[in-house]
Amino acid sequence: MLNFNKFKQVIPLLFVLTISMVLAGCYPEHNQSTFDASGPVAERQLNVFWWILAGAAIVFVLVEAVLAYSIIKYRRKDESETPKQTHGNAKLEFVWTSLPALMLIIIAIPTINTLFYAADPPKHALEQHTLKAIGHQWWFEFRYPSPNESDKEIVTANEVYIPVGYPVSIELDSVDVIHSFWVPKLAGKVDMVPAEGNTMWFEADEPGVYYGQCAEYCGDSHANMRFRVVAVPENEFNDWLIYQSTPATESADPLALEGKEVFKTAGCSGCHALKTVVNKGSKGRIGPNLAHVASRRHLAAGVLTNSEDGGLVNDSYLQENLRNWIQDPNSIKPGNIMAAQGVVYTNPDRKLTEGEISALVGYLTTLK
Amino acid sequence: MSSLPIPIPNIRIPRPVHPTGIWSWFTTIDHKRIGILYGITAFFLFLSGGVEATLMRLQLAGPELGIVSAAIYNQLFTMHGTTMIFLAIMPLSAAFFNYLIPLQIGARDVAFPRLNAFSYWTFLGGALMLKLSWIGGATDAGWFGYAPLTSIDQNPGKGIDFWIISLQILGIASLASAFNFIVTIINLRAPGMTWMRLPLFTWMTFITAILLVLAFPVITVALIELTFDRYFGFNFFNVANGGSVVLWQHLFWVFGHPEVYILILPAMGIVSEVLPVFSKKPLFGYATVVLAGAIIAFMGWMVWSHHMFTVGLGPVANTVFTITTMLIAVPTGIKMFNWIGTIWGGSIKLNTPMLFSLGFIAMFLIGGLSGVMHAVSAHDAQQQDTYFVPAHIHYVLFGGAIMAILSGIYYWFPKYSGKMYSEKEGKIHFWLMMIGQNVTFFPMHFVGLDGMPRRIYTYAEGMGWDLWNAVATAGVFILIAGFLVMINNLGRHWRNGPTAPSDPWDGRTLEWSISSPPPEHNFDEIPVVTALDDWWVTKQDSQNRAVPVSGGSGEETHDIHMPQASYWPFVVALGLFVGAYGVVFNDLIFPYLIAGIGLIITFIGVYSWSLEPVNDPE
Repeated sequence: MLNFNKFKQVIPLLFVLTISMVLAGCYPEHNQSTFDASGPVAERQLNVFWWILAGAAIVFVLVEAVLAYSIIKYRRKDESETPKQTHGNAKLEFVWTSLPALMLIIIAIPTINTLFYAADPPKHALEQHTLKAIGHQWWFEFRYPSPNESDKEIVTANEVYIPVGYPVSIELDSVDVIHSFWVPKLAGKVDMVPAEGNTMWFEADEPGVYYGQCAEYCGDSHANMRFRVVAVPENEFNDWLIYQSTPATESADPLALEGKEVFKTAGCSGCHALKTVVNKGSKGRIGPNLAHVASRRHLAAGVLTNSEDGGLVNDSYLQENLRNWIQDPNSIKPGNIMAAQGVVYTNPDRKLTEGEISALVGYLTTLK
Repeated sequence: MSSLPIPIPNIRIPRPVHPTGIWSWFTTIDHKRIGILYGITAFFLFLSGGVEATLMRLQLAGPELGIVSAAIYNQLFTMHGTTMIFLAIMPLSAAFFNYLIPLQIGARDVAFPRLNAFSYWTFLGGALMLKLSWIGGATDAGWFGYAPLTSIDQNPGKGIDFWIISLQILGIASLASAFNFIVTIINLRAPGMTWMRLPLFTWMTFITAILLVLAFPVITVALIELTFDRYFGFNFFNVANGGSVVLWQHLFWVFGHPEVYILILPAMGIVSEVLPVFSKKPLFGYATVVLAGAIIAFMGWMVWSHHMFTVGLGPVANTVFTITTMLIAVPTGIKMFNWIGTIWGGSIKLNTPMLFSLGFIAMFLIGGLSGVMHAVSAHDAQQQDTYFVPAHIHYVLFGGAIMAILSGIYYWFPKYSGKMYSEKEGKIHFWLMMIGQNVTFFPMHFVGLDGMPRRIYTYAEGMGWDLWNAVATAGVFILIAGFLVMINNLGRHWRNGPTAPSDPWDGRTLEWSISSPPPEHNFDEIPVVTALDDWWVTKQDSQNRAVPVSGGSGEETHDIHMPQASYWPFVVALGLFVGAYGVVFNDLIFPYLIAGIGLIITFIGVYSWSLEPVNDPE
């Protein structure tokens, strides 16, 4: 006979094992960890997760323990033995029907509460902090209301600033397939469904660069559709808005001037706008806006890092990335529209020369 | 027949008379041989899905690897999902339906034996068509095929067409099979086999068949709409012209969630057979387990939008589906507790089938709990489309469905092969499975909550996902080792194993009352059932055994008329196969020429089939 008291000691051990197993997977320091909730929406969502995790851990340990116990205790010792033929027990079955139901009701309350909390921005959210996020294959377009003209919007791509401590309402849209807008540390995802007009909101407690990534499979380079949200104090945010609405200073560097010409003749400007301000609700361009491309920490939608550590731009990294990208975009982002339709990639006669690429890189580097 | 107003052309082809050899397999309508065909075909398809999975895991073993391209990777995960669901787990379950249902209810065959053969050949055609689409580029829009990724603009290749048409063909096979089992279980039960004396596996088959009949039309409609969009410029899912991409998601998941129960209920049925036998105790709370299965099937229709918590349906809709999804955990929990109640106080023998069934409980519990975590929809916004979901689905479908199916494969091996497998190798297989699946799938929880989206062919260095991805990939090789042990064990012993007795496990249900393997006509005399677990009761009560069977069909062995073999089910399935290719390649030679040829073959097959008597007059 197995000693039940001895077995009871195994239960806390199992519990500790479970908890440590789960904690083995918590890495709040990682870029997209959901355990490092850095804003109220993500915090509330993480809280309900702790509740259900605790409940699940208790159920897991109890059920696995009873299972293990009965396998050990009731092993067949004698081939001829026939155990008592019990067919059921109504009381017992009532208990294990109603207990889980009760547990679920308890967990449903904070769940539903948080659902409604995350759905709509708080009343004090400001109109000028309304961010439009538009999904493209495979990059993100961002728009803010222009601080100067009420019928205009400023446009940028793949890197967007938000003011710390302010709720940011987000209007989601997509120009092609379904994408999903997800910054794990700030809030759970909401899909960018064409023509559905989804909305969400988040708020950052602390300044920092928050990683985001498309979470809905959207074709070939779904894996390469990333973005960054940079949370800064409000005054810096306002400065950034002004800066984004003003074009980069023209450079007199001859290489840059040559590059500017190539930008037009090679067909780049057909898809990439350099304008910083557009009419409200106007249709976006096919490619990302490049007005301040040299100021962004990453190139190609968060795929290439323009510095050693993901911080502010280092020109030599940026130039190398630009060169690689222009030379063979498909090796960095398979299936992208530029490589498939750009005339310098489809027509061998128009292929960019080394010199043209250097000029383009030189020009784009000046777009600070 | 002579009263038919139309003249019957004299196309009488002599009936096939091959009792053995390759040809006999093409024309057989014996439910047991069809069951074996289903099982072996589905097992090979399962392995093909495993190869696809292995390639994906290799690609994800480290950051920024280049083992496969983005395009190939996307095809791999789409084909892996479609294969495992439609070509592996469903037909593996169908193999058990086919082989066991007539045996468990005391019948000599299914209600429509030729329709049964037709189901198999049609399934094989659909499966071949889907897998052969790897040549020239398979579908890459995900097994869920979300619009508008499947539109002709986004995806002009033939891969999507192959996917659509082969799913339609597979749907025909599933529907034919489902109707067959519903009719069989309602009508062909042996005398005394009342509903509440049905073996649990038969009950779950019955419920699954009803789910199939109700669920498949929904996906059929969705696929027809998609076909119209792609082939004829319709706009069901074209937002630019007023269509809706969310419509597809609703249609797909209204089918897709019952489909989940189509995958798991047969597995639960198998486990409910194995646990009592190896515990020497009846199933705890038989009526409750049956009822819980029925409730799960019913409620399975009310939870589909929990796949869509992040689509933006709004907090009210999400609340409704949160509550229904949490509720469905209750009947599932009841089943878990009743299984444990079954082994509690029993006399447990840890043979391989029992180990797999116990492993099922242990693993399915994890999948069930992570399922409830998804139901906590507020946090599901963080889990959705991350690796947390593949972790869940693999604990439910691998730790759940596949473990149960493996349990069934070992449990009934003596019955269908007539041989015994090696218990030692079976146990090695079990432990390799248990270790392998946890090493492979548990780390997916970690990387999922660590922000790794699913369906990405690569990830950047420095995201912190390297370690657990490498561990998951290592786990695959443990699983591969396990399946090699299994194939060697069962393959070898099927040919040269020791002869199996008719009732090696001291079974409880009727299939153990006849020889291993059963004769073609199954039962010399149709049994008369007096109790739940009739065979066990008969064995326990020696007086019962002496009672001469009365009230049965009264047929003597030499009078048994079994339905005769037929070519036509194969011909009809062939016609559908040709026609399906014709639809995909509709511009070859002449528009829809090949489709027309397929239609004609199908028509000839159906016509000849309908005029062919079940048995030729002697």
